[in-house]
Amino acid sequence: MLQILLGAISLGLIWAILTIGVYITFRILDIADMTVEGSIAMGAAIAATSISNGMSPYMATFLALLGGMAAGFVTGFLHTKLKIPALLAGILTMISLYSINLLIMGKANLSLLRMNTVYTPLENLGLSSTNAVMLFAFLSVLIISGIIYWFFGTELGCAIRATGNNSQMARAQGINTNNMITLGLVISNGLVALCGALIAQSQSFADVQMGIGSIVIGLASVIIGEVIFGKRNFLNCLISLVLGAITYRIIIALVLKMGMPANDLKLFTAITVAIALSLPVFKSYLRPIKRSIKGGDL
Amino acid sequence: MLTIKGITKIFNEGTVNENIALSNFSLTLEEGDFVTVIGGNGAGKSTLLNCVAGVYGVNQGSILIGEKDVTKLPEYKRADVIGRVFQDPMKGTAADMGIEENLALAYRRGKIRGLGWGISNKERQIYKNYLSHLDLGLEDRLSDKVGLLSGGQRQALTLLMATLKKPRLLLLDEHTAALDPKTAEKVLKLSDQFVKEGNLTTMMVTHNMRHAIEHGNRLIMMHEGKVILDIKGKEKKDLTVENLLKRFGQASGEEFANDRALLS
Repeated sequence: MLQILLGAISLGLIWAILTIGVYITFRILDIADMTVEGSIAMGAAIAATSISNGMSPYMATFLALLGGMAAGFVTGFLHTKLKIPALLAGILTMISLYSINLLIMGKANLSLLRMNTVYTPLENLGLSSTNAVMLFAFLSVLIISGIIYWFFGTELGCAIRATGNNSQMARAQGINTNNMITLGLVISNGLVALCGALIAQSQSFADVQMGIGSIVIGLASVIIGEVIFGKRNFLNCLISLVLGAITYRIIIALVLKMGMPANDLKLFTAITVAIALSLPVFKSYLRPIKRSIKGGDL
Repeated sequence: MLTIKGITKIFNEGTVNENIALSNFSLTLEEGDFVTVIGGNGAGKSTLLNCVAGVYGVNQGSILIGEKDVTKLPEYKRADVIGRVFQDPMKGTAADMGIEENLALAYRRGKIRGLGWGISNKERQIYKNYLSHLDLGLEDRLSDKVGLLSGGQRQALTLLMATLKKPRLLLLDEHTAALDPKTAEKVLKLSDQFVKEGNLTTMMVTHNMRHAIEHGNRLIMMHEGKVILDIKGKEKKDLTVENLLKRFGQASGEEFANDRALLS
């Protein structure tokens, strides 16, 4: 049982990186970005191919990050320059990435067994593979959260937030909203691909199909995090995202342990997300919001 | 200061819904002019402001701010020199961001946004000072989300944001139309104050004849995408609502078709 729990936590920590990426598009930019499904597999494909060709795992992971950023840029270009609706732009990139990922790997899946990964140095220090993944993922999440927290406090980060919040106001304040949307998508998909690269190395294989459902998992993690751990301020949000991703993995591990067939997993996740997203509707139905109109000065 | 030369704006060109909102429209504003723009429904007032701000491109003609031709510039680039307040109080501010964050966004209008902090402690003092002039108690709520404010407070804040970096041109698009009368008066008073203090060249669209007469040094009335009355100086000072209605009838050959303007 403890082993299952530790496994869930380490997996959750890796997926927390994707969750932060999904949060950037879904909450900050207010876009449901389907590119995620392609860019996570792309990260895995790039990392696995590079490593099996003898590249250093760190360099391979960095390349995966760049690949994801490129994928985000393509979606941003389709959406902002060619005026394709965001959802469709993401789907187009996602579908094309399926072919591109096959081109990168040359086949549908690639094994990394007995090859050096980013976790190998920690394993050499005597850590079990689960613990090595957990430690590495924890440090990665810590560093990434720190950078993201700093970035969204900068002038550029504030401009991205304003764009997602009220694009008309952002333009009136001289912000190039098209560039900000693209930049947000680039950062988000970079993180998603990085997550894919780390997943591939932890499970020792990359699969062209591994992205299916990842956007829903990301959304589930975002929502679980916000509902259980709060969203008072940005720091609180970031912590909630990480804890949300871990909680999601623990829930999945528990329902599998209780005997739910693994094939039903995606249905279970989709229903969870649908219920969580529709909560506001149920709430207003059960308890209509009381409005009070205050008159008077401003 | 602002030169609009023969602009034409056609919506849905070439379809059955074709609508000529502005036709060969020209207008020149001097430095420091405060023009009120009034007209019936569909006269093209808001279209005019949106064309100047760059929300819409124009089909014909050119727009110059100072000596600079801005006709082809996108909205966000024109924002370097233009401050705007919208009719909808929700549109001028970012609801999920703090009061100080909104002001900081406005403070950087026209500057390249880099990786410096989005807001500094030094700025906070400046904002506090400005906010206290609004006399709405906002100076003690710097980090509150703007979404918590009332429509009037948000509109006053938008006004402050539009003028924080002195704009060459201030565009007020029916910015008091969504407010209750008392609040509207207060926001108008603030507008007057800001315009006066900064000697700002201003265009204010309004549906309220009294406001159009009481504010500014020049009044233009629009009808079917054209200027039909242009009243300045002493003549403007002596204007009354009855007088204005009569002159509208003479100039357009129609009754003034805007109930809101007559009732308020």
